[in-house]
Amino acid sequence: MTIVVEGRALTQDYHVRSGLFSKASTVRAVKGVDFAVERGKTLAIVGESGSGKSTLARIIALIDPQSGGSLKIEGEEVNIARRRLTPQMRSKVQMVFQNPYGSLNPRQKVGDVLMEPLALNTSMPADERRDRAEAMLAKVGLMPEHFNRYPHMFSGGQRQRIAIARALMLNPALLVLDEPVSALDLSVQAQVLNLLADLQEEFNLTYVFISHDLSVVRYIADDVLVLSKGEAVEQGSREALFADPQHPYTRQLFAATPVTDVAAIRARVERRKAARLARQHT
Amino acid sequence: MSLLSIKNLTVRFATATGAFTAVDGIDVSVDKGEVLAIVGESGSGKSVSMLAVMGLLPDTATITADEMTFDGRDLLKMTPAERRRLIGREITMIFQEPIASLNPSFTVGFQIEEVLRLNLGLDRRAARARALDLFRAVGIPEPEVKINAYPHQMSGGQCQRVMIAMAIATNPRLLIADEPTTALDVTIQKQILDLLMDLQERYDMALILITHDMGVVAETADRVVVQYKGRKMEEADVLTLFEAPKNPYTRALLSALPENATGDRLPTVADFMASEAVQ
Repeated sequence: MTIVVEGRALTQDYHVRSGLFSKASTVRAVKGVDFAVERGKTLAIVGESGSGKSTLARIIALIDPQSGGSLKIEGEEVNIARRRLTPQMRSKVQMVFQNPYGSLNPRQKVGDVLMEPLALNTSMPADERRDRAEAMLAKVGLMPEHFNRYPHMFSGGQRQRIAIARALMLNPALLVLDEPVSALDLSVQAQVLNLLADLQEEFNLTYVFISHDLSVVRYIADDVLVLSKGEAVEQGSREALFADPQHPYTRQLFAATPVTDVAAIRARVERRKAARLARQHT
Repeated sequence: MSLLSIKNLTVRFATATGAFTAVDGIDVSVDKGEVLAIVGESGSGKSVSMLAVMGLLPDTATITADEMTFDGRDLLKMTPAERRRLIGREITMIFQEPIASLNPSFTVGFQIEEVLRLNLGLDRRAARARALDLFRAVGIPEPEVKINAYPHQMSGGQCQRVMIAMAIATNPRLLIADEPTTALDVTIQKQILDLLMDLQERYDMALILITHDMGVVAETADRVVVQYKGRKMEEADVLTLFEAPKNPYTRALLSALPENATGDRLPTVADFMASEAVQ
């Protein structure tokens, strides 16, 4: 098995100034995180707001340089603070963002959205770029006539399909997905999760999937890393983690996640009835 | 008799391309002390029907209903002055974005005291004392300090607590909560839902919870209305809805929950509607 992405003791510091003349202080948003993901597998990074999960995602997606630690993509050490990112490396790692309304340029036609990564990173001729973009459109479940439309003409789910198609244009090995379905309705969420599963199988893609939603993670992940205040408090296989969470924070997350099974609802309804009766008697 | 009773409510919006029907003949009723969840996806009209009750829709909306009564009083025939005495006192509402719901230029204390002075006629000192009581009731830590804070100095969860404090300040008989926890983390969501349920029981308020999240429904509701494209698909008590959903759309929504996945693929609403059509 080949490791596609590996992080060792990754840290990220932000320097923040609280006032114009005050001294800058340092906030460590990611505090030494280790992980490795094999080809074709999905690592889910779970955490709440402020846990550093998006900061970590931006490091892995080669958007922000890490402050410390090492990041390897397909065995090759990458630090974009030291050396400029090569087009080859850029092609290997792509990202899909949470908000499909904000991540597409409203003035760019869908076809141009898809062809742009090829124009920037390859020397492919224009007609081949066009063919590739049309083929990719079909892959993500859109129609050829969508090629010349603008993002505002699409629904949220369709826009997220476009964002996924754009990320796949360069044949990446690794896709970093930052909350890709949390802005979508439940039924659309199901479609996009299915699409991601299909694409992973077809292209043998590796996913780093950032999420706060444990039910989505349980569905899509092979391995899970739980992040709290910048620290990886627990990591392991999905089966192990969901069967027997060890860390108090993980347990707290599980306890807070709403359950929809009938037995739990019945128990709650009974409790409420009893409480109501008790109140009437007093 | 139900506290709020709406029959055959239709809301149309005048748009550039003609009239758009957002809510199409919906009946909703909620009893005293009951928790009703209205579930639907975006575009289902779940918020619009409650905004119509509150009188918060823009002028482009045309509202028609056979009946719209609160505690036997006809909301449709009310004068604006009568309506103002009802809305914000006996019926209150909280919204999805707690930070956006508060005015950034004033302290949270000033904003809640304003509600108390206007609606209950309290003087400055009494309003401050009541505001502190309410902050304690909704579990804001260090209420004496937080009462002088501006919204940006508080977290989303705390801002939602402030909104809830404001909404229960007048001891309303009906609280409408429109996606109250959607913008919040799961652990904070749990705290806010627990708080709402606790207050609902303590003050015996009716609570209408508008949500897209089946998990939230499962954890809170007594009775559930499922809406899709402005129409009511199904209405049932919460246990029946999860145990034996009748409507294909409800079944589709429940099976699209990732925790209910049985095979490799999640069934989608489109799959469901298609297979129903074949039968």
